Amino acid sequence: MNIEIEEISKDFGTTAALHPVSLSIPSGTLVALLGPSGSGKTTLLRILGGLEFPTAGRVLFDGADATNLSVQDRRAGFVFQSYALFRHMTVFDNIAYGLRARPRQSRPQSAEIARRVTKLLDLIKLPDIGARYPSQLSGGQRQRVALARALAIEPRMMLLDEPFGALDAKVRRELRQGLRDIHDTTGLTSIFVTHDQEEAMELADLVVVMSMGRIEQVGKPEDIRARPKTEFVREFVSA
Amino acid sequence: MTDTLTIPSRPRAFRPATTEPTVVKGALIALCLAVLTVLLFAPLIAVFEEALRRGWAFALASLSEPDAQSAIWLTLTVAAIVVPLNAAFGIAAAWAITKFDWRGKAWVFTLIDLPFSVSPVVAGLLFVLMFGANSALGAWLVASGFPIVFAVPGIVLATLFITFPFVARELIPVMLEQGRAEEEAALTLGASGWRTFFTVTLPNIRWALLYGVLLCNARAMGEFGAVAVVSGKIRGQTTTMPLMIEMFYNEYLSVAAFTMAGVLALLAFVTLTLKTALEWRYADQLAATHRH
Repeated sequence: MNIEIEEISKDFGTTAALHPVSLSIPSGTLVALLGPSGSGKTTLLRILGGLEFPTAGRVLFDGADATNLSVQDRRAGFVFQSYALFRHMTVFDNIAYGLRARPRQSRPQSAEIARRVTKLLDLIKLPDIGARYPSQLSGGQRQRVALARALAIEPRMMLLDEPFGALDAKVRRELRQGLRDIHDTTGLTSIFVTHDQEEAMELADLVVVMSMGRIEQVGKPEDIRARPKTEFVREFVSA
Repeated sequence: MTDTLTIPSRPRAFRPATTEPTVVKGALIALCLAVLTVLLFAPLIAVFEEALRRGWAFALASLSEPDAQSAIWLTLTVAAIVVPLNAAFGIAAAWAITKFDWRGKAWVFTLIDLPFSVSPVVAGLLFVLMFGANSALGAWLVASGFPIVFAVPGIVLATLFITFPFVARELIPVMLEQGRAEEEAALTLGASGWRTFFTVTLPNIRWALLYGVLLCNARAMGEFGAVAVVSGKIRGQTTTMPLMIEMFYNEYLSVAAFTMAGVLALLAFVTLTLKTALEWRYADQLAATHRH
């Protein structure tokens, strides 16, 4: 699904979190929203997911206006910063949650739900953890379960808020490849937020550098590295 | 070189850093038990001893008196009305305060504690002023056959007011700590607001909710001051168990007074047992979800 962001702005009270920003994301791209904290990258991601609504501007999904589409109707696979797994449910129930929440006529039978959950557990290479609770998992495992839970709803796009933020360096590296593989398997348009330029450059097809609620530069990792448009980008990318 | 190196004998190093010498430990435990004995166990035993001073039959006979029966039923009825209502109000207040940002939130947060800071007698008087026969509203209510003051609705209102903070107070810290992420996750997965509440929010707060409800229940059955003012203490009609205990006592019916007090204590004991039983039954879940 391609995503079109047209002059989106967002104010929180009197402070502007996003100045009007525009961005066009082709279908199937893996995009990094890169910037320091307070640059508006998470706000932009939450607007795409329907968790915040813009003060002005439009969002188009495949050409159709989605600005006022409810969070439920967006079908965005959202992975939260600290994963927000349901702590009182097993991994299986976490992943099955989205399927069970569907209205009766489109809800799969429980055998079908079990089949899909098993398939997703295989996809994240953790086939045997269905009966465990989130508190019994390592950070890396939690991140992958969060990914599986988001994928279970057959999302139209994936939105990931600092998906590697809470992990140590070694696990980060392993899971980067994992995310890349899952992206390539599913072919979903995926957008992830990060403050780590190395992560963005290594993983993304398209990097969007943000600062103070504005988009500084959009481009392929190598172009941004070779031809930074502004002083901010030059400094941030060389850091 | 190595054999000249003396390794100091250090048995103390194996002692955990947070522990204390046995003497201190023992003294603290003894002190704790002494306080518990003097302040909790001894009075509780004294209550039952007084109640059974003239035997079981006599004690039970005092309970089967119509006034005593009516007091017990009134207290149970008031608790049965007040506790579910305050559970619902408490959840709503905690939800509004922890999951949304709105103007005047800090003010409402402070207001929730009002029943704790105002003396129950003052609270009772407020209801008498508002709904009593001397106010226009009260006069109209009496005329239309639905009096609030010196009647059961007044007792329910006063108890609602007094016990309002218990559930909200228990829930707010838990819900603040848990944040909004899990609810947001449920919404992105397609769940409706109600479904999110029942499948994510409620299970996450159920233990805090249980504690809040138990505390609320204990206070609802035990409330004296506010109820004493609004009820008018009409025997057999608006006399709750705590009021009945005071009346018996003032009338030198000490066996009746202490028997009723014993029943009230037993009711509290039942709720405590219930709580412990639930904790025991769900110990594995509690451990897995790190709640309380």
